[in-house]
Amino acid sequence: MSELKRTPLFAEHLALNAKMIPFGGWEMPVQYSAILQEHRSVREQAGLFDLSHMGEFFVSGPGAYDYLQRLLTNNLAKLLPGKAQYNLLCNEAGGVIDDLIVYCYDQERYLVVVNAANIGKDWEWFTKHLPSSGVTLTDRSAETALLAVQGPKSEEILRPLCSEDPAQLKFYSFVEGTVAGRPAMISATGYTGERGFELYIDAADAGYLWQELLQAGRESGLVPVGLGARDTLRLEMAYPLYGQELSEDITPWEAGLGWTVKLDKGDFIGKEALVAKKEAGLTRSLVGFKMIGRGVCRHGYEILNDDAAVIGSVTSGSFSPTLEENIGLGYVTLPYTEPGTRIWVKIREKLVEAQVVALPFVQPYTKRA
Amino acid sequence: MNPADLKYTKEHEWIRVSGKRAIIGITDYAQKELGDVVFVDLPSPGQEVVKGDDFAVVESVKAVSDVYAPISGIIVEVNDNLQDSPELLNSDPYNDGWIAVIEMRDPSELAELMTNEEYEAFIKGA
Repeated sequence: MSELKRTPLFAEHLALNAKMIPFGGWEMPVQYSAILQEHRSVREQAGLFDLSHMGEFFVSGPGAYDYLQRLLTNNLAKLLPGKAQYNLLCNEAGGVIDDLIVYCYDQERYLVVVNAANIGKDWEWFTKHLPSSGVTLTDRSAETALLAVQGPKSEEILRPLCSEDPAQLKFYSFVEGTVAGRPAMISATGYTGERGFELYIDAADAGYLWQELLQAGRESGLVPVGLGARDTLRLEMAYPLYGQELSEDITPWEAGLGWTVKLDKGDFIGKEALVAKKEAGLTRSLVGFKMIGRGVCRHGYEILNDDAAVIGSVTSGSFSPTLEENIGLGYVTLPYTEPGTRIWVKIREKLVEAQVVALPFVQPYTKRA
Repeated sequence: MNPADLKYTKEHEWIRVSGKRAIIGITDYAQKELGDVVFVDLPSPGQEVVKGDDFAVVESVKAVSDVYAPISGIIVEVNDNLQDSPELLNSDPYNDGWIAVIEMRDPSELAELMTNEEYEAFIKGA
């Protein structure tokens, strides 16, 4: 096995006694104190995440817009300068190569942020489809660090440190400025469902800014948060995780991500297959469910119907710290996708009752009263 | 840190003997490694176990971990409080977080378990 990669904050994690685990080829902190406590800190105060393992591709030049419009499923015509857009990279068969975020500086300069485990294959795909001229593609993953401050206190923590007022940034908007005097791209995005910010910074500034943020946020309850709570936070929102809810064998229609596929925007890779699959209709779909019987469902467990026939499998499952119930996501065949449907999850050879529920499990801050 | 009157296994269980009864739990080291425990799958009283059998499952947010019988015998009691309060394994692993009581079939098996000092040395080398 190849060596695990480390982010510029590796020494900070060790100094905080984080428990380190392998994740997508990286050695990452899974928890600093305890997952439940870190999860609640993000829902109630704020958490600081090291996401420097994520990949950053810069796309620039007069052909940048056309190039990305052909590669991605969402409509870049709707993406204005200073805004971010959730997007999918599909293959010709309509399978999902990766899910990613595109930031538009202007029509000739974009930042594409991809999943850490997919940097290699995404880069291959991006270079394979690069036109002979007009587009410059640069992988700046190694030189870029990414910190996230997420939670209801994130604005008040960042305001005194930022050159720009974070309160002015709407969800999925970004601005270039400074944080504690260091250059940063400040983005109102995240993977937690809370008000929060992601800070794209120079890798060389990562240690300094990590310390500055922790110190500035101490009185507001800011704590470092690992991948364990990142996973439970995103699961409560039913945000997909590539490798679990998404793969090259799953279409956006099945994943409930049809809203990211704009068939009327012109041609793009995978369009033909996606149109055909849409016309053929769904045979399975991603659903959320709650455990009614006792047990925690986990990735890979079988899902069965009342007749004990297998109808699908679990993609993610966990105890929900907010709901204090066991919840899960999984693919099931129709017609078992309606909220209220009784299903069964096979846990260690026992069938445990569960019920399909509407998603998300917990409302994101943008939808709360 | 680990109580001196208990015996320990390499799988990080502890056992407290009183007469023929052996109370079983997981060690402080084990609960720290697992993290927040959110579910305990308990055996049924009356079930017979052979030393080394997995007889219970402890699940934390991230991990699923088997609990192995440190000794052979019959399960005569389980800690039902763990159904509603699995976090007792984190907060009080040596007392309120006990998992089950086994009535021992062959107490001579106890000789194969580690003392407190041996277990301390074992986890330092882990």
